[in-house]
Amino acid sequence: MTERKDLIQDILPIEAVELLGAAQDLRTAGYRLGQACATFAGEELELLYSFEKDNVLKNLKVRIDAKAPEIQSVTAVFGYAFIYENEMHDLFGITFKNLSLDYGGKFFKIAKETPWNPAYVKPETVGGDD
Amino acid sequence: MAKRTIIPFGPQHPVLPEPIHLDLVIEDERVVEAIPSIGYIHRGLEKLVEKNEWPEMVYVIERVCGICSFGHGWGYCKTIEGNMGIEVPPRAEYLRTIWHELGRIHSHLLWLGLLADAFGFESLFMHTWRLRETILDIFEETTGGRVIFSVCKVGGLRKDVADEKLAEIAETLNGLKKEFRELAGVFLEDVSVKSRLAGVGVLSYDEAAALGTVGPVARGSGLNNDVRLDGHGAYAELGFEPCLETDGDCYARCKVRVREVFQSIDLIGRAIAKMPEGEIAAAVKGNPAGEFVGRMEQPRGEAYYYSKGAGAKFLERIRVRTPTNANIPALVKTLQGCDLADVPILVLTIDPCISCTER
Amino acid sequence: MASYITKSPWIIHYDGSSCNGCDIEVLACLTPMYDVERFGIINTGNPKHADIFLVTGSVNEQNIPVVKQIYDQMPNPKVVVAIGICATSGGIFRECYNIVGGVDQVVPVDVFVPGCAARPEAIIDGVVKGLGVLAEKQAALAKGVRDAEVPGAYKYEEAAEETAEAAAEEIAEEAPEAAAEKAAEERKEEEAV
Repeated sequence: MTERKDLIQDILPIEAVELLGAAQDLRTAGYRLGQACATFAGEELELLYSFEKDNVLKNLKVRIDAKAPEIQSVTAVFGYAFIYENEMHDLFGITFKNLSLDYGGKFFKIAKETPWNPAYVKPETVGGDD
Repeated sequence: MAKRTIIPFGPQHPVLPEPIHLDLVIEDERVVEAIPSIGYIHRGLEKLVEKNEWPEMVYVIERVCGICSFGHGWGYCKTIEGNMGIEVPPRAEYLRTIWHELGRIHSHLLWLGLLADAFGFESLFMHTWRLRETILDIFEETTGGRVIFSVCKVGGLRKDVADEKLAEIAETLNGLKKEFRELAGVFLEDVSVKSRLAGVGVLSYDEAAALGTVGPVARGSGLNNDVRLDGHGAYAELGFEPCLETDGDCYARCKVRVREVFQSIDLIGRAIAKMPEGEIAAAVKGNPAGEFVGRMEQPRGEAYYYSKGAGAKFLERIRVRTPTNANIPALVKTLQGCDLADVPILVLTIDPCISCTER
Repeated sequence: MASYITKSPWIIHYDGSSCNGCDIEVLACLTPMYDVERFGIINTGNPKHADIFLVTGSVNEQNIPVVKQIYDQMPNPKVVVAIGICATSGGIFRECYNIVGGVDQVVPVDVFVPGCAARPEAIIDGVVKGLGVLAEKQAALAKGVRDAEVPGAYKYEEAAEETAEAAAEEIAEEAPEAAAEKAAEERKEEEAV
């Protein structure tokens, strides 16, 4: 019988402030970022970052507030994360701090704003955050 | 210094089969920077989990893409099966492997045809697509559909294939192999074809790794991240070894795909020879109540399928991360410094599937 | 008079928000197995060369101006064929938040081809049916009768005027290229700062 590496599920909940450090550690250990996505869970958003090495996955899960979601971008560690983070910004309204390539909400051109995050409250004053 | 000009490319453009938009910043004939922008076919289909019960959701996920439709269906079933701890009978795993590899042959032939069209060799395009119809005929004979055939379900399959039919498929594929060998010669040996592909859009191993590249694009640069090695399906038992090339140019990416067509034909032949007897579906009870991150190797590369359930008929979240998504950074990188006339070929060599990317 | 146009109709294809299933079937029609070129049908990328407009997939806010633009640029008489269930009504994606609906929401459609994905035989059938409509429309044009008065035909010119105006406004407001260009410039400025 062959080893089913795909059945190994490793989902580790961490705090938002630990994310960048944890991603850096995984990168040093030879992991690469596979995907990042968000899930709406009532008052909060669940962010899931999946990393892969030798066909085994390691996932990091972060919970942040859904009303004014904000988190540090992991593009400093994995540059290509900009694809996933811009997508999450457009669909969930998450603000990523220090995002290396910011499309400014124009990555997905959709008719409805933040369709995946009904709890999102749009900030009243529009201003740059950097 | 030469003057900089921005050329908008797409969404409706004669060489583009699908709507993608690129802003090409050029100096004379050289591309300095490329800024992709997508969103023309975003549907938001993952959100349909709120309206479709999870056993029905497989039909939606299959329509993420009409080219690797079977693979997406399998990926969805795999994440739900993992979520619920269902063990799929071996015959179903073997048949899934066969259909998935047939899908890979059809997808690669489709891509090779489009590539031939992009470098202006129309009769080669026509011949490649003629061969591709052989695979579509097999799909139609075994499932009833040509491109979308909804044969996968959670726990196994909806349809079995008789052993006589399998023997017939093996024979058809042997014929295809012979015919494809002739075309492969043109793709890989022809001087004018080679002059358009060799040395164009080089992506080194380190760059491929740093940009998170997947699939044949990564394998063309020698990066081995083929998901078929993770133990799912029948791959381990069939003795699967990924096809790797090291040059990292368009020619290497083309060669990987040509070799994979032959490899898939061989894999299917071995799967038919070793086909186990038995059931094609396991019983499924209850609702998915956990989380599962599954992966599949699609013709275009690694895809992620994340499911989250709460023990109800409707899932809380389905997330599909498709291979083109991961290959866009590599595309942007290879476009930098290329000739404007090579843009269509470079866009094609990542085998973009925009419908997949935007869902 | 009516013969040459229906004997060699040129088609243009646009992918709305299709899953590619119908797109590759449209392409399959042009390749050796089905080979519609033997009927003189040629796939063109230029809307001003086209007689028949094949649309696959449903429309969304983003591609409505693109579809309208292609339609408006095509010369009269012209026929629109909606390929597949998504182009007809939105199909399986009908309830998605980013889908407006079938192509008939934006431009008048003459022939609907069912299927998911539509089979090449059905697509060819649809195009042939479209040829009948094309001949009718051309006969009407030749007689000097306005299109609008042909029974069952759409009020082309009015519709065309409306869409042209709307499209012109939209283009003026937010042509995607212009917007992207602006964005690129802004980025450059930022970098410079």
